[in-house]
Amino acid sequence: MELNQLFVIAISVIFINNFILSKFLGLCPFIGVSKKTEPALYMGLAVTFVMTASSLITWAVYIFLLKPFHIEYLRTLSFILVIASFVQLIEMFIQKFSPALYRVFGIYLALITTNCAVFGVAVLNSEMFLKTADNPARALLFCVTQGFCAGVGFTLVLLFMSGIRERLELCDVPRPMKGMAIAFIVASLMSMAFMGFAGFRF
Amino acid sequence: MIIPILIMSIMGILFGLGLAFASRIFRVEMDPRIERILSALPGANCGACGKAGCAALAEAIAKGDASLTSCPPGGEEAYTKIAEVLGVEKCNVTKKIARVRCGGGDRAKDKFQYQGVRTCAAASLLAKGHKLCVFGCLGFGDCVMVCPFDAIHMDADGIPVVDHKKCTACGKCIEACPKNIISLEDASQKCYVKCLSLDKIIFVKNACKAGCIGCKICEKLSKGAFIVENNLSRLDYSKVDDSTPLKICVEKCPTKCIKED
Repeated sequence: MELNQLFVIAISVIFINNFILSKFLGLCPFIGVSKKTEPALYMGLAVTFVMTASSLITWAVYIFLLKPFHIEYLRTLSFILVIASFVQLIEMFIQKFSPALYRVFGIYLALITTNCAVFGVAVLNSEMFLKTADNPARALLFCVTQGFCAGVGFTLVLLFMSGIRERLELCDVPRPMKGMAIAFIVASLMSMAFMGFAGFRF
Repeated sequence: MIIPILIMSIMGILFGLGLAFASRIFRVEMDPRIERILSALPGANCGACGKAGCAALAEAIAKGDASLTSCPPGGEEAYTKIAEVLGVEKCNVTKKIARVRCGGGDRAKDKFQYQGVRTCAAASLLAKGHKLCVFGCLGFGDCVMVCPFDAIHMDADGIPVVDHKKCTACGKCIEACPKNIISLEDASQKCYVKCLSLDKIIFVKNACKAGCIGCKICEKLSKGAFIVENNLSRLDYSKVDDSTPLKICVEKCPTKCIKED
């Protein structure tokens, strides 16, 4: 039963409610880091990691701090606070103990500390699972799954986009449309394609 | 009312202290010279040095993996400052600029009508380009597009012209040119041969009005400063002095392919 639900969550955030193409969150890295495949992949990995980690930590904040004191309306403030400082901490940790890993995605971590996609997943988690949570452990499982899969969806779309843009470099694009303009049009076409998934019902 | 304020403040202070503490524990020792070298570099992150941006170059210079003159756009100014930071004796460097070594353009004949993607990179893939002369400029301006300093423009004859004031010798155009006709040269030397064709005289005369035909007039006039090899004249800068009659060579060249900027 639970596995079933987890599967639904995964398919939902990766395809149907994809963070970039359906919810329009995290558009800044989507346009900014999608010029080449390699940085796009690393960026995707960093986002996935941060989303999963922030799902975990915001769950703790919500369940143990906001809910007992009935101050759920301070969600935005407290989530940003914990996510930002947590990511900073991890960045320092990586820089100290694994310079190789820091080269790969450490530099992207600072860029996405409180990216709207990262914050979005925390808010979405609290809306969907935490508000009505009678079983915190179950809610944690759902939150982390949703966070991880949102990151996977983000990475997937970033890779699609970088693949397309790498090929666009070699194409004969009309002059006024070069660069950003054609990237926006590509993004809108991809978004429309992803909207097609909205027909799925579970 | 008081509880939420208290909780948020405590949380803020706690995380602040935690981060401050963590930055102490996890601090990574950095070479203080890196920062100073970085401030001496132009900061354009153009990649002309072959490193991933100015920060990477600063690190490499501090470690000794890159030479002090690795930054072409920074030129002498950056070099002087970096030498100061590292406490190294400075030696003279010559300013370099990019020079286009083809004068063909519209004066060079086509061998077929090219209708593909309008970049030099694409055109050169098809039978080595649409010009009859395989050495010459294809004229689609890949170098113009790639220049980060807006220093190259196409002139009326379809040949890229380098603006000496704007050129920083970053080398992007040299990489972009599929025909390798752009090269970095000593800016103080004004005279050069604007052709790279190694073809024989009959072929050059047919293909291009501005090509070097290897007639050796310049070689005789300059008493050996110009050297003609493989049907192409080139100027040996080590043999040029004030008495070399470069002006006369420029005038007497039958195809006017010796230029003086």
